[in-house]
This record gives sequence, structure tokens and C-alpha cells, in this order.
Amino acid sequence: MIRIAGLYKKFGRNQVLSGTDLSIKNGGIYAVLGPNGSGKTTLIKCILGMVIPTSGEIEVHGKATKKNWKYRQEINYLPQIANFPGNLKVYELIAMLKDLRQKPSQEDQLISVFGLEPYLNSKLSSLSGGTRQKVNILLAFMFDSPLIILDEPTTGLDPAALISLKKLIQKEKEQGKTILITTHIMQVVEEMADTIVYLLEGKIYFKGTVGELKALTKENNFDQAIAAIATKLENV
Amino acid sequence: MRSRWSYVYFLFYLTLGFVLLFLNNDVTKAVITLMNVIIVLVPLIGTIFGVMYFYNSKEFTELLLALPIRRSSIFSGQYLGVAGSLTLSLVMGLGIPFILYGLFKSDAIWDFTLLLVVGAFLTLIFTALSFNIALSNENRIKGFGYAVLLWLFFAVIYDGLFLLSLIIFEEYPLDSYSLLATMLNPIDLSRTLILLKLDISALMGYTGAVFKSFFGTKSGLFISISMLTLWTLIPLFLLIRKADKKDF
Repeated sequence: MIRIAGLYKKFGRNQVLSGTDLSIKNGGIYAVLGPNGSGKTTLIKCILGMVIPTSGEIEVHGKATKKNWKYRQEINYLPQIANFPGNLKVYELIAMLKDLRQKPSQEDQLISVFGLEPYLNSKLSSLSGGTRQKVNILLAFMFDSPLIILDEPTTGLDPAALISLKKLIQKEKEQGKTILITTHIMQVVEEMADTIVYLLEGKIYFKGTVGELKALTKENNFDQAIAAIATKLENV
Repeated sequence: MRSRWSYVYFLFYLTLGFVLLFLNNDVTKAVITLMNVIIVLVPLIGTIFGVMYFYNSKEFTELLLALPIRRSSIFSGQYLGVAGSLTLSLVMGLGIPFILYGLFKSDAIWDFTLLLVVGAFLTLIFTALSFNIALSNENRIKGFGYAVLLWLFFAVIYDGLFLLSLIIFEEYPLDSYSLLATMLNPIDLSRTLILLKLDISALMGYTGAVFKSFFGTKSGLFISISMLTLWTLIPLFLLIRKADKKDF
């Protein structure tokens, strides 16, 4: 469970989050949506403790995240940009993370799902963008944690890998895990998300199911409903 | 640290040690020549390596930050990795040729040990300073520029300013002032410490005598070493504090 209250974050003069309140219950898929620069990644990085909020409170599983690091044991994170130390080989990176986490992992199965066997011995710097993203996904799903945070997991994936990813997310959901996901591919959201959180200019504009969103915006098409949300809500 | 460069650095000192011993044919003389090299080169290498490593491992740092690891452990670990391997290269690279040459039989063993201790301190200090610079500057070019400037300041500019101040205020008693000014620059401090240990202070006239009476004694040595320790710990402390507040 995540509870966020009155979260503010400023980068220099740029106010990214302005009083965000959000609570996420255990279990289910939450899609965090919003236009570019609306603060999705900043919100996620605040939860992870990578960005230090200007003010506000965040609790993960009932524990404040401030000056705490142990709560991250319960979180798997997929970063938006797959930056890895280039001089490591894929299997070395996997081994290193296993060593750091000290948790049971299921990398073998994931390696075969995404067809990464031929790349295990290559250096990370020599991988293509899509392959790197697959490694990124592998690292995020390797460990068994109750909370999974995915920042743009779909970028650069081929259709087959996208289907595998969706299956993977569904499987994790069935195990009762909480999955927080940001993406710009609306089809994925419509198919999978239980709850939509719409972020605009650092505030939560909307939180509810796909059905509720469609009803509110009076649009049948999900893409248009999302596009309409900002304007509609301003008129309300 | 998986770095080819620390091996290169090690080989460099190894060669330097052998060549100096071969040319000088005397341990004490080789120590003096080495001092001149170490005093200037060690801070430079520490600074450049520190900045380079920090920027190169940025991705790695970001990866680690999302894992259940304390921030201070991430950064102090990286610092110890760089500073440790540099120190090891220095100590082993110089130690091996001198030991082979028969260091243990010569009287210069304490001078040589002091030289290595000072070299290790300079590595620790300048790596910590460069990490601070790299952490505060997102822009790599700027970070590199500041780092080189820092080295230039302590290795060259500081001495110039110091001399200038001595000339301007030459009518005043400057003993304690120059002592203090020496303490505030780790490079100067190291140089003075070694020079006085080597007993060439007679060449330095009256100030040399004052310095000798301070640095030459046990308490002087103790104070100097504590000063070097402070120079290491303060940047390290600042580094950890800054890292705790930074956004990634």
C-alpha cells in the first residue's frame, strides 16, 4: 500500500508536483497517465526515494519513506531509460543484482520468455534498444516483491515481446501484487488497468476505472476519453 | 572497480620506481625525486580519476539507488573503490622496486614510508574533493574543468599567492602565518613534511628553522597527519551529506 499526502516537488523554478495526494491499495494494476512533463516519473522517483520531495509525506506499506531504505526491498522498479553500466555483460549484471538483493529469483524462466539466451554473454553497451529494454524488464520481474513499479515498460518492444510483457503483468496481478505502470500506449491501459490515475501539472485530476472515465467524459472511445479529460474537467 | 587504468597507473609507478633507482643508484636521492613527482602527480591523478569514474558510473549509481541500499553506502563504497585502488597502485608500484633494491637495509626506510603515507593521503583527499565536484555538476565538461582548476589551484596558484603575500607583508613576523598557510593546503603540507624529514631544511634559512622546529618534532608530525586526516574526512562528510539530498 502506498499513501501520498500533499507532495510538492520543485526542480529549480520548475514546480513539478504541486500537492499530490494519492492512495494505492494492495493488489491490482494502477495506470498513471498524463501528458509529457506532467510529473509521472517524478512521482515514481519520489516513491522510490531517488528524488527527495520538497515537502509532503509518502508511506509505503505503512512506513514513511523519508530517511528509510529498507522499504525498497518490497519494490521492483523498471526505469524509463534503460541505462546500464556498459562494461558489464548481461549475465554479470543479473548475478550482481541477485547478490545485492539476496532474494529468490526466477531469471531463467524470464530469459527464455524474452529469448535473451544469445545475449547473455554480450556487453550491455552492445545491445540494441529493444533488447536492452527486455533486459530491463527481466531485472524488474526477476524478484518476488509485492509492489512493482514500471515506468514506460513498452518503449522499444516488438509486438511479440509486448504480448509476453502483458502476460507477465497479468500473472503478477493474479498473485495479488500491486503494479504501478506509466505508459502512453492507451490500448495497454484499456486492456489491463484496474484503476487510472490521471496526472496533470503535478496534481491528480482523475482517479477511477476505465468505465468511470468514459462515463465522466461521455466518450465511448478510450483514447478520446483520455484526450478529453483535461478539457472536460476544467469545464466541470 | 573494473578499470584498465588502475593497472596502467600501477605499471607507471613500477617503471618510475625502477628507473629512478637505476638512475640515482641511491635510495635517498630516489626518494627526493619521487617526492617531486608524487606531490604533483598524485593529486592530479586522484582528481581526474575521481571525476571520470563518477561520471562513468552514473548509470550504475542510478541502478543501485532503486535497490534497497543506503545512499551513504553506495557513495562511500564507490569512493573507497576508486581511492583504494589508486592507493594500492601507488603503494605497490613504488614499493616493489624499492623493496627489491634493498629498502629494508637502507636508512631511508622511514622517509620512504612517510612518502607512501603522504601519497596515500593525497589520493584520498583529492578523490574525495573530485567526487564532490562531480556530484554538484551534472555537466561533465564543467565538472572536469572545475576538477582540473582545483588541482591547479592547490598545486600551483596557492603557492604563488602564498609567496606574493609573503612579499607584500615581509615587514611583519610571518612565522605562524606561513605555518598556518602551509597547513591549509594538503599539497604544501605534504611537501614540507617530507622535505623536513629528509633533513634538507638547512637550505631554507630562518623559516626553515621555524618549520623544522615545528614539523620535525613528534607533535608536529602528529598535527600534520591529523590535518591530512581532517582534509580527507571533511570532503567525505560533505560528499555523503550532499548525496543524501540530491535528486536522481
